[in-house]
Amino acid sequence: MAAQQQLLKAEKVSRVFGGLKAVSDVNLEINDGELVGLIGPNGAGKTTLFNLLTGVYEPSDGDITFSGTRVNGLKPYQITKRGAARTFQNIRLFGEMTVLENVMVAYNMHAQHNLFSSILRLPTHFKGEADMREKAIEFLKIFNLESKKDEIAKNLPYGEQRRLEIARALAAKPKLLLLDEPAAGMNPQETTDLMNLIRWIRDEFKITILLIEHDMGLVMGVCERIYVLDRGQMIASGTPEQIRTNPKVIEAYLGQEV
Amino acid sequence: MNKRFFIGIAISLVFYGVVQALISGEILNDFYIDTLVMLGVNIILAVSLNLINGFTGQFSIGHAGFMSIGAYVSAIMTTNLGYSFPLGLLCGCLAAAVAGLIIGFPTLRLKGDYLAIATLGFGEIIRIVWLNNDYVGGAAGLNGIERVTNWSWIFFGVLVAVVVIQNIVKSTHGRAMISVRENEIAAEAMGINVTKYKVIAFVVGAFFAGMAGAFSAHYFYGIAPTSYNFMKSFEILVFVVLGGLGSTAGTIIGTILLTLLFTYLQDIPEWRMVIYSMILILTMIFRPKGLLGNVDVTKFFKKGGASKNGGTTTTP
Amino acid sequence: MTFDYIVQQLINGISIGSIYALIALGYTMVYGIIKLINFAHGDVFFVGAYTGYFTAKAGLGLILSLIIAMAVCALLGVIIERLAYRPLRNAARIVILITAIGVSFLLENLGIVTLGAQAQGFPDIVNKSTYTLWGDVTIDSIQLIVLVVTVVLMAVLQYVVHRTKIGKAMRAVSFDMEAARLMGINVDTTISATFAIGSALAGAAGVVFAIMYPSVDPLMGVIPGLKAFVAAVLGGIGIIPGALVGGLLLGVVETGVQSIPGMSLWRDGVAFAILILILIFKPTGLFGKNVREKV
Repeated sequence: MAAQQQLLKAEKVSRVFGGLKAVSDVNLEINDGELVGLIGPNGAGKTTLFNLLTGVYEPSDGDITFSGTRVNGLKPYQITKRGAARTFQNIRLFGEMTVLENVMVAYNMHAQHNLFSSILRLPTHFKGEADMREKAIEFLKIFNLESKKDEIAKNLPYGEQRRLEIARALAAKPKLLLLDEPAAGMNPQETTDLMNLIRWIRDEFKITILLIEHDMGLVMGVCERIYVLDRGQMIASGTPEQIRTNPKVIEAYLGQEV
Repeated sequence: MNKRFFIGIAISLVFYGVVQALISGEILNDFYIDTLVMLGVNIILAVSLNLINGFTGQFSIGHAGFMSIGAYVSAIMTTNLGYSFPLGLLCGCLAAAVAGLIIGFPTLRLKGDYLAIATLGFGEIIRIVWLNNDYVGGAAGLNGIERVTNWSWIFFGVLVAVVVIQNIVKSTHGRAMISVRENEIAAEAMGINVTKYKVIAFVVGAFFAGMAGAFSAHYFYGIAPTSYNFMKSFEILVFVVLGGLGSTAGTIIGTILLTLLFTYLQDIPEWRMVIYSMILILTMIFRPKGLLGNVDVTKFFKKGGASKNGGTTTTP
Repeated sequence: MTFDYIVQQLINGISIGSIYALIALGYTMVYGIIKLINFAHGDVFFVGAYTGYFTAKAGLGLILSLIIAMAVCALLGVIIERLAYRPLRNAARIVILITAIGVSFLLENLGIVTLGAQAQGFPDIVNKSTYTLWGDVTIDSIQLIVLVVTVVLMAVLQYVVHRTKIGKAMRAVSFDMEAARLMGINVDTTISATFAIGSALAGAAGVVFAIMYPSVDPLMGVIPGLKAFVAAVLGGIGIIPGALVGGLLLGVVETGVQSIPGMSLWRDGVAFAILILILIFKPTGLFGKNVREKV
């Protein structure tokens, strides 16, 4: 563990909404190549923490370091540029755009051709666009979506929409992929497939993954390390085995679900 | 892609030549030229507003304000200061673009209805500034502007506006704008600098609105603040919406239909607006996506494109 | 600038502001319930003014004219909603907004076609007299009428919204339309009632406005309508007390600017400048709460 490079670090991060602490004094550390889970009962502040890590909200207090630089107060697109891409709990595709265009949007930040070369249709425009298209098609092939490249994203079946959203995030070439409840709304079979997909992504792309999940089976099955959030506070962290037996975690879950 | 682009340009140039010949041969009289100029001005306005509203999804109803800046600045340059029309035109466009930038930044935090009313407010403020400025004639406006705009100016103006906007839309920059329209939060999470693209849409849109203003000012001899009130902004919006937001072809067709309808109804001016508003309401109720909403006509012309699309949809 | 002068301007501002407030209520109630900026609302105001014009010419007094104008406008509001907005209940908001613009154009131009574009003088139905309060401060009978009408209607509205069944239904629907429907509230009727009440208030405003300026024309609703809309945004659109405060505030500020020598032509600019400032710094208005999009 110690030899691994630290990728993301949150130190005493808090976020207050109108006097209410949605997240308070949270510490979190993720090393390169890890697959980490973030669990917790409903309303524990998981998505809020995600939004803090990806710049949707600015922390009220505390520091977030990504890949060695402090990223507090940066806008989401700046954080994405630094190598953190995410998906959303409620799928957020570009509905009226085609599957291919959805993925191509991810390449905009690395575009080699500027607005003027597009307006004037300079050679750099044609080359840049062709490159993007080619890369996007390659990408869709990996995710088995190539045959659907010209379909309008909102017309895809639910499972494929999830897959496309993950593909789109990966197309941004992130070092860290943040998945917000990727199994939400899936049946057990789909969830198992998703588990395999996540493992495969980690190995294939050699990236770090942070995963919010409700489905304990999924989290315990794929994650190497797990953080548990309850009422805005990090109450436990450790291996799936440690978490499973941690009395605080059991209480947090039982206290809520009984 | 490259080839289609040049074929399109070639066809338009032939159209230009034919009309120019008809005008030179005095086969088309002043009435037709008036109509052509009106059409051109309206197309430039609608296509440029479509970049902001249709493609980027930023609901703006202050386009008449940008238009008035182009009209006033160009007219001041040519009529008050005696510079040439091309220079006046350029200054008018640039001034409008700068206004787009100034208005763009503070209002971009706003969304939907709130953005709409803020742009409406800005448009009205611009008009009130002209109204209260004696240098530009106050309520009476500026008169005695030389007629410079002709078929050639209008044609190439439309061509430049359409080509520039289409070239933006059909590129990664256009896709970025559409992604902002589709889901701003996801766009930002995909590394799109949302503010940058909104500002670009406003600046480019305002630039061409300014161009349309300069052309119309230098055709109709005079300008007055009342021509640029929010009714005018609505009118432009209606062109875009009738044709279909987010479709350049639809916008152009919608604009042509409405402009011709207006001209056709000229003899019954009192009923003209009544019919116009009825069409607007009925279109919204029965065809809310506009005549060609979300369908780019170019798709039908793409070689084999339609059948290929059909093929992929049927694969499971 | 003496104290008396300032008080005088305040009185003038409050009386025009009351009219803005009456119109703004309609905007705010409709927005609160179906999230629509009802651009046709300013034109309902003009219809109210014309109704008052005809009843006054027919010899009816102020009270009857007001009641008839309110009834006509309430009916008009309901018809507009039924024919133009209801078919679009589930359409994109921009589509309904554009339809509202269309309805506004339609009313204005039908007005021009049938009533003529020229302004008509409003018959005298109240004796204009001026009362001196103290020193140079005066208030005239028309200003008094405006104030009384506003206060009475506000009280009635407050009662309706908070004490009656339909008022409760209105609040429920504006809070959560789906939940209200599930709880057995007839959403369509409630929306119709909202349009009726809002439009009746605009009708009353139209009559008193016409008495104040004594003239009517088919485009008279455009500018007061826009200003009332600004007032609604200023107070926080969708919030009933906000519309009242916004209207009064706008009236006072506008009159204040107008009373500064050399600034009178900028009066209309003030409303829009306020609009922009409020939208940039507190887009939800003075009384609004921030709602953030859930990510």
